[in-house]
Amino acid sequence: MECTLDAQSLISISLRKIHSSRTQRGGIKLHKNLLVSYVLRNARQLYLSERYAELYRRQQHYPDGAPLLAMPVCPPPAAAAPPELAALPLPADTQDREARSCGAARGGAELLEVPVCAAPPELQRAPCRDSSPGFYRAPGSAGPGGGGGGAAPGLLYAAGCDFGSGGAPHCSSRTTVLDLDTHVVTTVENGYLHQDCCSQCPCCCQPAPGLASPPPAPGTKRKYYPGQEEEEEGVEEGEPGGGGVAGGPPFAPCTKRARFEEYSAEHPQDSSNISNLISIFGSGFTGLVSRQQADSEQPLNGQLCSKQALASLGAWTRAIVAF
Amino acid sequence: FLAGFGSLMQDVLWCFSQVKGTIDVGVTEADIISTVEFNHTGELLATGDKGGRVVIFQREQESKNQPHRRGEYNVYSTFQSHEPEFDYLKSLEIEEKINKIRWLPQQNAAYFLLSTNDKTVKLWKVSERDKRPEGYNLKDEDGRLRDPSMITMLRVPVLRPMDLMVEATPRRVFANAHTYHINSISVNSDYETYMSADDLRINLWNFEITNQSFNIVDIKPANMEELTEVITAAEFHPHHCNTFVYSSSKGTIRLCDMRTAALCDRHAKFFEEPEDPSNRSFFSEIISSISDVKFSHSGRYIMTRDYLTVKVWDLNMENRPIETYQVHDYLRSKLCSLYENDCIFDKFECVWNGSDSVIMTGSYNNFFRMFDRNTKRDVTLEASRENSKPRAILKPRKVCVGGKRRKDEISVDSLDFSKKILHTAWHPSENIIAVAATNNLYIFQDKVN
Repeated sequence: MECTLDAQSLISISLRKIHSSRTQRGGIKLHKNLLVSYVLRNARQLYLSERYAELYRRQQHYPDGAPLLAMPVCPPPAAAAPPELAALPLPADTQDREARSCGAARGGAELLEVPVCAAPPELQRAPCRDSSPGFYRAPGSAGPGGGGGGAAPGLLYAAGCDFGSGGAPHCSSRTTVLDLDTHVVTTVENGYLHQDCCSQCPCCCQPAPGLASPPPAPGTKRKYYPGQEEEEEGVEEGEPGGGGVAGGPPFAPCTKRARFEEYSAEHPQDSSNISNLISIFGSGFTGLVSRQQADSEQPLNGQLCSKQALASLGAWTRAIVAF
Repeated sequence: FLAGFGSLMQDVLWCFSQVKGTIDVGVTEADIISTVEFNHTGELLATGDKGGRVVIFQREQESKNQPHRRGEYNVYSTFQSHEPEFDYLKSLEIEEKINKIRWLPQQNAAYFLLSTNDKTVKLWKVSERDKRPEGYNLKDEDGRLRDPSMITMLRVPVLRPMDLMVEATPRRVFANAHTYHINSISVNSDYETYMSADDLRINLWNFEITNQSFNIVDIKPANMEELTEVITAAEFHPHHCNTFVYSSSKGTIRLCDMRTAALCDRHAKFFEEPEDPSNRSFFSEIISSISDVKFSHSGRYIMTRDYLTVKVWDLNMENRPIETYQVHDYLRSKLCSLYENDCIFDKFECVWNGSDSVIMTGSYNNFFRMFDRNTKRDVTLEASRENSKPRAILKPRKVCVGGKRRKDEISVDSLDFSKKILHTAWHPSENIIAVAATNNLYIFQDKVN
């Protein structure tokens, strides 16, 4: 199919559409936003797989572990569908996911930490190559089916995970997050992210001591649903979930969900929150998309986390984390 | 004209009959026609627009003096059906645009129709008044009250003829039952109930009761993050009052039987065609979303419209459609641009002719397409002012897909995507079609030999 847009442009365009739907007359159109989220998912899958492929190529090129630039440790993504989506009837998906996600990690876990903004420009501007149709066609290769057909596309994030080359992998992760609505920068520290990246990387499944950390301290911020890692992990790596992502009180994914459902029951008009989140920041992946209410003026503090839980109704509006 | 008339493409020549609407270059958004529907006899033709107005045209009686003017449609009634509203609780504006109009079968002298916007369905009664009472005792001809003490004799008021007046009154308002945007309404064959469908739910109403409705389909997941599809259209079976279908954004159709359970979340039949993996693209999900579903008049088939095709399904075969027609496949390579300019989200409708032998749907550049199911021929016609001379025969149009463009062909890149025909209607028993082109309504008839 002739495509004059690369994956990143498509992502930008899609986010813009979701954003502008906030202000359209008649309220947010659930159907249209759902369809846009599918495009977002498809484009993101391609984008991530391309970056991943690039990373792998570079790795081959520099086997001694010179610091490489790589982005996502494991494409959470499409594969990162909430557990509920596991039930979706797309048998090809599981294959796709296994083939793709964490593939490079498994391959050798030589991934090194990289700030994404330093990613080679050519990755960011990767044109929609011929490989992209192939990307979609070949089952077992990085296929879009990996999304589990879910509407949980658009969960874009990249956790930085630092693996010492050749040595015992360790994860120290620090993610800087810019809230586009309030323009406040927060740094998410180890306790939180460590588990997340561990859950995806078999190479690093030792929970760091003190991992059962207290609830996100003020200044930290929850960005996505750790429950997804639980699910992904369960399906692909068969590991019990290094570090117990699921259900740990500090992370409160369950709590979050419970709140979500509660809130959802009281506020049937979920779709109105969908577009509250997204702004575009620079090029597609270098901004945080905050899931706040459109009218929220909450100061960015620890409270925000719980409020965000309450506010996180929109099905598929997502956080895009900036390094 | 028999119902089984001129269904063969080669026999039917379509002629321009009328066009309604202004010729102004700038189109007022409120004038954009958003729905078109003939009533059950074809005598009336209703349109709804973005401004919340309904205009009803009535076919004039055929005149022996002018047999070639086979009954023109003239304005019969115009009224404001819906107004813009504001939901203060949710800070949402509710558009007044009329999404659908459905007629009730006529049971007395008055006409009844349902019209709906995103949130509220209304039952309108359209009736004629051609007499008025005169000779009241307590008030004079101007309506001023008389002083009762001045009245010395009584008389019985009489009805005198007056100029015909058509009045539309809202008889029922069915509100507050939909959280999401209503996309369909469908009158049941029992003529006592109807359904309204939004993105996630379908409600069943009794015409007499406005303060309650039964929820018969609910696909809202417990966790909205699990949402993967929405309801896009729904319709009752034309004869079986317990059966209805609804289509989804995933390109599937479910047929439900209300006798099996109060909540019809479990379908009786599930129609889905496997995806062709070679056609996979970024936009596969969008173009497979069904924008319209219609039962055939016979009740044996359903027709669905997605972005590029129209499909006919046999109710007895769930695994694939029996017929697939390409509406404008040349757009397949343009999906990126169509996504950028939002055209890919356009919701085209589709209609059957009276004998279920021909189906029709719209396209861009004010083109519309007809497919003859028997001969497998198809034709592309255009609704334009240039072809609007009285009884002018419409010339088939052709889109050239590359290579040499012939003289009368139009190339894909020259198509005007702002001129889209989303709504069409076919007279229930004759070859008369109504085609909505933005703010103009075109009426075409077949050539009278």
